[in-house]
Formats: sequence, C-alpha cells, structure tokens
Amino acid sequence: MSSELIKFGQGNEACAEGAFKAGARFYAGYPITPSSEIAEIASRRLPQLGGIYLQMEDELGSMAAIIGASASGVKSFTATSGPGFSLMQENLGVAIIGEVPCVVIDVQRSGPSTGLATKPAQADIMQARWGTHGDHAIVVLYPSTVQECFDLTVEAFNIAEMLRSPVILLTDEVVGHMREKFIIRDQVKVIDRKKPTGPVEKYLPYQPDEDGIPPMAAFGDKYRMRITSSTHGPDGFTNSNPVNARQMIERLYKKIMDRADEITYIKEYMVDDADILIVACGYTARVAKAAVKQLRNEGIKAGLFHPLTIWPFPEKQLKKAALDAEKILVPEMNLGQLVYEVERILKEKEVFGLHKSNGQPLFVREIVDKVKEVAK
Amino acid sequence: MAFQVEDYLREDKLPHIWCAGCGHGITVRALVEALAGLQIDPTSVVVTTGIGCFGKADDYLNTHCFHGTHGRALAFATGIKVVKPELTVFALMGDGDSVTIGGNHLIHAARRNVDITAIVANNQNYGMTGGQLSATTPEGSRTTTSVYGTAEPEMDLCSLVAAAGASFVARGTVYHVTQLQKIIQDAIQHKGFSFVEVVTMCPTYFGRYNWNQTLIERMNWLKENAVSKARYDKLPPEKKESAFMIGKLVEKDTEDFNTKYQRILQKAQNQG
Repeated sequence: MSSELIKFGQGNEACAEGAFKAGARFYAGYPITPSSEIAEIASRRLPQLGGIYLQMEDELGSMAAIIGASASGVKSFTATSGPGFSLMQENLGVAIIGEVPCVVIDVQRSGPSTGLATKPAQADIMQARWGTHGDHAIVVLYPSTVQECFDLTVEAFNIAEMLRSPVILLTDEVVGHMREKFIIRDQVKVIDRKKPTGPVEKYLPYQPDEDGIPPMAAFGDKYRMRITSSTHGPDGFTNSNPVNARQMIERLYKKIMDRADEITYIKEYMVDDADILIVACGYTARVAKAAVKQLRNEGIKAGLFHPLTIWPFPEKQLKKAALDAEKILVPEMNLGQLVYEVERILKEKEVFGLHKSNGQPLFVREIVDKVKEVAK
Repeated sequence: MAFQVEDYLREDKLPHIWCAGCGHGITVRALVEALAGLQIDPTSVVVTTGIGCFGKADDYLNTHCFHGTHGRALAFATGIKVVKPELTVFALMGDGDSVTIGGNHLIHAARRNVDITAIVANNQNYGMTGGQLSATTPEGSRTTTSVYGTAEPEMDLCSLVAAAGASFVARGTVYHVTQLQKIIQDAIQHKGFSFVEVVTMCPTYFGRYNWNQTLIERMNWLKENAVSKARYDKLPPEKKESAFMIGKLVEKDTEDFNTKYQRILQKAQNQG
C-alpha cells in the first residue's frame, strides 16, 4: 500500500520535504527572504528525523558547516537568496574542488544587493553558473511547479552524491512561495556516494575510479580522509605541478560535462510544428506555456522549450527542438542572461529577448504581445 | 603505549616548510604529544585548517584533515563535530584566520559551545603572504602594510573569546612547552568549546621589522613576560605593559551543544 502524502503547500516546503526524502539530515543556514520557510521547516522537521538544524552566524559559515557535515558522511543542505548566495560563493568553490556533495537552494529575489527583498527575479542564472571564481562546471536544476520542487530536490541530492559535487537548486520567489497540490512520494530513487572498499593504507581521497569520480571516505572512517580546497594530487596534498593541476581541473570539469545527458531534464510543449520557439525556465516557463496556448488559439504556431536542468545547459536538446523554428524568444525576469546562452547555441536563428527587471513577474500578455511583434 | 607521537605525524612530509625560528613546529609537537598522552586514536581525530603559515599544519598530521578557506576552519569544524560528536575535532588557525577574517565564526563558536578545540598560533602578523598587518599586530608596530607603524590597537584574543562565552580559555607560549602540552591536553578533555592561544613568533617578518633582538633574546623575552595570572596581578603597572598572562584563564563546567541538542531531539520526537 502506498503511503504517499498529498499536500497543499509552497514550493519552499516541497524543497524541504524533498531534501528529507533524499536522506538529508543536516541543515545549516542563515534566514533570508524569500527562502526562510525552508530554514523554519528544517528546524522543525530535522530533529523529528534525528537530524540537526544549525542557524549559523552568516552564509559563509552556513556553507562551511554543510560541507563539514557532508564530509563526515551526512547528507547536507542549505537555502538562501541573492545576497546570501553571493556570500556562499566562497565556500561553494570548496565543495567543488574538495568534491564534497551538498545541495544549495537559491530562491531568487530582485537585486542587485539588497534590492527588492520580497520580489521575484531570475537574475542569478549566471551567478549560479559562474559565481564562484576559477574554472569549474556546476549542475543547476530549476523547478517551475511545487511538485517539481520536491522531485528536483531529490534529484539534486542524487546528482550531488553521484558526482561528488555540489548541486544548486535554483528557484524564484514565485515558485518558492506559491501554493499548489504536491505529493510527498513514498518511494523515490535515492543515490548514495561511493565509499572506498580497498585496503586502508592504500586509500587516496582524490584517486578517481574509471568513471572519473573518487570513492569518498567520511571523517571517522578507518580510511584517513583529507579534504582540501587547494589544488591537489590524488593523495589530497597540495600540488602545484602544472600537469597535475591541469589533470585535476579537467577531471572536475569532465565528470559533470561528460554526464550532461544523464542529468538533463527538459519539458517541451507544442514544439514539433512551432514557427516560433519560446525558451523559458522557472516561473516564466508557466507564463510562457499559457502564452503558447493563447497564441495557438489565435492561429500562431508557438512552442515552448523548458529546461529544468539549466546548467549544463541542454544544448543538444535545444538544437533539436529549435530545428524547424524560424524565430526564438527568450523571456526572463532579468535584463538578459539565459538569452546569451541561447544565442550562442542557436547562432543561425533569430533570437529575441524579452526582459523584465522591476520586481514583477512576466505576464502572459507581455509574452503574447512580444511573440506577435517578432513574428511579423 | 599503543599510540606513539609518530603515529600522529606524516613523517614522510617532513621537514616542514616553516622558517628557522618560527614557533609553529613547537606548537604542532605539543599537539601530537598531547594526543599521544591521551592515547586518542588518530582515525578519530579531525583537524581543520584555513590559510596562513599555521594553516599548513595539517600537512604534517596523520589524522583526518580538512584544509579549507581563509578564516572558516571553525565553521567547517562545527559541521563536522555536530554530526559526529564521537570525534575529536580541532581547528588550527593563525591570528589572521581566527580573529581577523574569521572573527565572526570565532565569537559564535565560543557562544555555541560545540566541543571543538581551537588552537591559535598568534605570531602578530600575516607570515605566509609577506608580513602584513593583522588584528593582533600591536599598535604602532611596523609591518609590510603599516610601514609607519599601525594606528590600530590589537585584539586581545583570550578576552574576546571569554567575553563571547567560551567555557575554556587558555594561553601558552612556544617557550613554555611543557605547560603548552598540558594546556592542550586539558583543552581536549574539556567538554565544550576550548580555546588555546599560543603566543609564538615570526622572525622572518614581524621580528625583522620590530625586534631589536636575536631569537634567543626573544625566547628570553617570552620567558620573562609571560606570567601566571597570580603573578600578573601583583606586577607594578609599568611592568604590566609588556607582560601577559599565561595558563588557564577560564575553565567552567557547561553543557556542550551536542548534549543540549540531544534533549531537543527527544522533545521533537516525543511531540512529533
């Protein structure tokens, strides 16, 4: 008998429940609108599950604490918004180079800086990709419904564990705060990180298997674990040899990029015969879908390509969906971020942007009007 | 004895990188002597470090290690200790890591009382990056970023941490080695956040710009100026200017974070 729980709740609530279902038992964070519900739910639910909630002194410490807990073998996450996400970039880099799985939820709000604290935006699309310094790849998932918040948070943990890498779950204020029916699924697929199995004295914390991913011991295991944020050799000791440095950086990059197809989730709506293809994610994808319906009623062949994995951007999938479309429209709640990636991928197409950065979400009418304008 | 001093060291990584006359090697020796004295299994020890000369200390230790970003060692250690309370967790930091860039983590670690032992090697400047000013550089001192002498007063680490609520605060020096080892042992055994400041020296930078002394004379300076609290209190005011207290400055019985959190877990599970 299934014990699925049907709820009516917020995207933020679904993210928290997804994290618990994936096995997360540690949360460290610093409250910030519009993500604070995740912290509040974690503080209430984690102790019930035998887990730990810690409110840290800032987002630098929050990110550090989840990395420390995960390196000790406990699945960990945090949630934040723009200004806090900026502070987390420092130690996000530690999780990347140190190969410590964890999940960071960023509920986007309007910026820059303290901006419009309670208003939505999609202006962290590039911060999520490039916010921490240095060469790196990163996985970013972006739900558009409350159910996707649950499902993609589970998936974010699975990808993090599989790749020994941090994963960012990007949402926005609308998705985070809106209420919808969602199901706390009883059975979900849960992936746990690979553990070492060989002789203790031969264990090297950064020696990858053939799949490019090193098995991960936890602090306190008989295997001596070394985590480091400095460029290192397979033994986890600092190594400045250029050959080693290149191998390390390329392996960290390739372990994600080579698996892009495996971790890519997209949704398509009426793309097959679309003359104009809309590319949108998060809340904007919902608005865009409504716009496609209205445009179709009016006889305009519009379609929607909706990536749920936004980094690595589903390049191949977009090219396929856009094959027969003459024009592309990228609506987003910012002054232009995703549109540049789409322009790069679809060089031969006419790509238009529709940008709104005033603390308001895009409206169906605005997308419909823009499609009509560019379709002329 | 089951564990020897060598069991805690990566002897294959020696000799260390620290300069002649630097006190960091003495501090690491005191740490491993303390661990051997308590017979703590090296695989149940986690050492977190940050950036700076003393941040290299983990390279020589045969324990679990976490080498991370500048100033965050205590925040990493907090995540480790709260989920694995059975482990002995250290944060080894310099004055830059601990109080200059990491001051917020330091005062909150003291307040939160997670059972971590923080050891701060205070050499009054940034050694690794070339002798720049830190928050513990004494007012008026010359560094590579205060060539005319700094206008900023220095932070008293032990007073700061005590004021933030630390349940164990002690200071030692690299001259008083036996006492330092004993202080570290007591800090490890203390349940709750333990803070040990080790007054050490950087002859390469701070010393070169500020001392008019040889290393031997500097060691003698430490010997004469570091005094117990009882002796310090009796010193005439003019002597108090250069003198400082060593030994245990705060030691109080308090429940650590994990002990208190156990009750929260019970409460949540009974009500849940």
